[in-house]
Amino acid sequence: MNHKRLVSATALIAAMTFSAASHAGATLDAVNKKGHVQCGVTTGLAGFSQSNDKGEWTGIDVDMCRAVAAAVFGDATKVKFTPLTAKERFTALQSGEIDMLSRNTTWTLTRDTNLGLNFAGVNYYDGQGFLVSKNLGVKSATELDGAAVCIQAGTTTELNLADYFRRHGMKYTPITFDRSEETIKAFEAGRCDVLTSDQSQLYALRIQLAKPDSATVLPEVVSKEPLGPVVRNGDEDWFKIVRWSLNAMLNAEELGITSANIDELKGSSTDPNIRRLIGLEGIKGQGLGLSDDWAYNIVKQVGNYSEVFERNVGKGSALGIARGLNALWTDGGIQYAAPIR
Amino acid sequence: MPMDNQDDMPSRPPFWNDPDKRALIFQVIVLAAVFAFFAYIFSNTLHNLEKRGISTGFEFLNNEAGFGILMSLIPYDETYTFGRTFLVGLLNTILVSFLGIILATIIGFIVGVARLSNNWLVAKIASVYIETFRNIPLLLQILFWYFAMLPLLPHPRQSVNLGDAFFLNSRGFYMPAPVFESAFLWVLAAIIIAIIAVVILVRWAHKRQERTGQPFHTFWASLAILVALPLIAYVATGMPLSWNLPELKGFNFRGGMTIIPELAALLLALSIYTASFIAEIVRSGIQAVSHGQTEAAYALGLRPGKTLQLVIIPQAMRVIIPQLTSQYLNLTKNSSLAAAVGYPDLVAVFAGTTLNQTGQAVEIIFMTMMVYLTISLLISLFMNWYNKKMALVER
Repeated sequence: MNHKRLVSATALIAAMTFSAASHAGATLDAVNKKGHVQCGVTTGLAGFSQSNDKGEWTGIDVDMCRAVAAAVFGDATKVKFTPLTAKERFTALQSGEIDMLSRNTTWTLTRDTNLGLNFAGVNYYDGQGFLVSKNLGVKSATELDGAAVCIQAGTTTELNLADYFRRHGMKYTPITFDRSEETIKAFEAGRCDVLTSDQSQLYALRIQLAKPDSATVLPEVVSKEPLGPVVRNGDEDWFKIVRWSLNAMLNAEELGITSANIDELKGSSTDPNIRRLIGLEGIKGQGLGLSDDWAYNIVKQVGNYSEVFERNVGKGSALGIARGLNALWTDGGIQYAAPIR
Repeated sequence: MPMDNQDDMPSRPPFWNDPDKRALIFQVIVLAAVFAFFAYIFSNTLHNLEKRGISTGFEFLNNEAGFGILMSLIPYDETYTFGRTFLVGLLNTILVSFLGIILATIIGFIVGVARLSNNWLVAKIASVYIETFRNIPLLLQILFWYFAMLPLLPHPRQSVNLGDAFFLNSRGFYMPAPVFESAFLWVLAAIIIAIIAVVILVRWAHKRQERTGQPFHTFWASLAILVALPLIAYVATGMPLSWNLPELKGFNFRGGMTIIPELAALLLALSIYTASFIAEIVRSGIQAVSHGQTEAAYALGLRPGKTLQLVIIPQAMRVIIPQLTSQYLNLTKNSSLAAAVGYPDLVAVFAGTTLNQTGQAVEIIFMTMMVYLTISLLISLFMNWYNKKMALVER
């Protein structure tokens, strides 16, 4: 943990020290040469990125990486995962250890401007909430004056928490851990009254408790947390591939294309929007430097946004999170992708 | 013979054949190369950072931090700067290292001597201690103490209550905090005078023993001075000290002083782990003193305790100190594992949260490395001084 962070920090320093400046398109070239996409994910967070006992990764962030691999190679399995703690993630991306970061990372001004990074879009709209033990008898976050709060280090959560308590004139004691595993363990052991994190994470962490029913998520959402994939600054070509991989999944859902019906639609559909996404007409993969069937491969191998969402965090998963803000704009949510044409 | 004026002195070799000058030239070349290398690294780093749009420089130290820290020895809240978080982390690192070194030394010496005990049980217990704790990775020990201890501690509302002043629960060990009034300065002065008096007394007793051979029991006399003088001053100035008691308010206790479980677990793990190495060093040091010394001391009529204190330990110290130094350095550096259990040391607070909030890895990692280097050099310096002092005992 500690050790790995120092390694990637050292790697960054070494990279900054010796490397020549990168050029646009360098990442795609390097990825093609390696034969896989190196993707930074969490060390384990149900629904977002988690590996099972066979070392197979699942999650909505993992599927984002797979979508990029499918677009680039036409093969969603050509991706390798680097588990990173919240603290390690940016350094790992800056140093070139990973090609993209898909690790429920909040898009903020500081991160977009000071870290040499670019956010390629939002694959999950989240907000920070509080998880409390039921026997505490707390009904609202405004009753939390004086509470001990467990947090994961290196997140926007730390700052939002401080802001929230300051705004309400309340005191708190932060206990900051490196990894979510220790955070939830300390909460379970009674070290803190409250665990705070993005709401999606709270549901994911809650099912890791021995008795998930003993804890409850408070109704307050205290921040905006648009989570999305991140790439390095200065390589627009790669940035666009990641952005449009996400857009392809969202557009596919909007057009009603799923992994199950895409082959059928490919043969029968006359809708120009669908035909453009599948790569039968229009600009196809040209501008991105990808094959014509890039979007077809994403939907065929990974699925559209709805499939990915429901499978990992929605109804088809243990988390059972409702679409809410993450529904398409046509269904009352705010997920909206630029059209493929 | 040649006709020029060189015949009145031996002909000088060209300067590149003069070993002194040649050595100088090579040194200058190497130095220049090293400088050029670092200058290249420095400028290239800056260039690359700028090219990738990563902020550089140390201005971030003046920006508001905006996050809370669990424990701070100096006033701190979210409105202080990133520079302040550096100090908070630094002091927390120094605190745990300092306490750890003291504890590890005490445990280490006791166990080391115990391992050489003639009592079979004592010696075996010491052996088991050493072999167990030095063979388990430190990180596991830290996590063990933390997560083994936490569930045993009660919730704040069911705290273990000792006389309404001390409370133990899962949030820490709460105790009364002293509140000093200005007249307390007199008590402080009395303490300092008492310490000086004790030093004078010990010196006098030592000289008297050298002169007359009469031992003087300085221990009880010193204790009397150390207790009586400050006590008199305390009563005479009207007891200028009150206590701020911890009190249960809402979820947690407020007021008083707290020892947080993170500090306790980290300290316990660091000192128990390092003590197992120190014990072996102490044992090797004692065994390095030849057995003839013990026999000679016994022949002079010294009892085993006095023999250890006056003959064996002083000689063993010369073997022990240099190795002890590296254990102290290890402990200090190992304290950076604190982040695993949420103790806010320098690595967790500064090279962790601050780095992540500002993204300035190069500057922050550099500062952090410099801190560990400086602390380590200071410990080395002190221990070398102490080593020299001990070595002078040799006659």
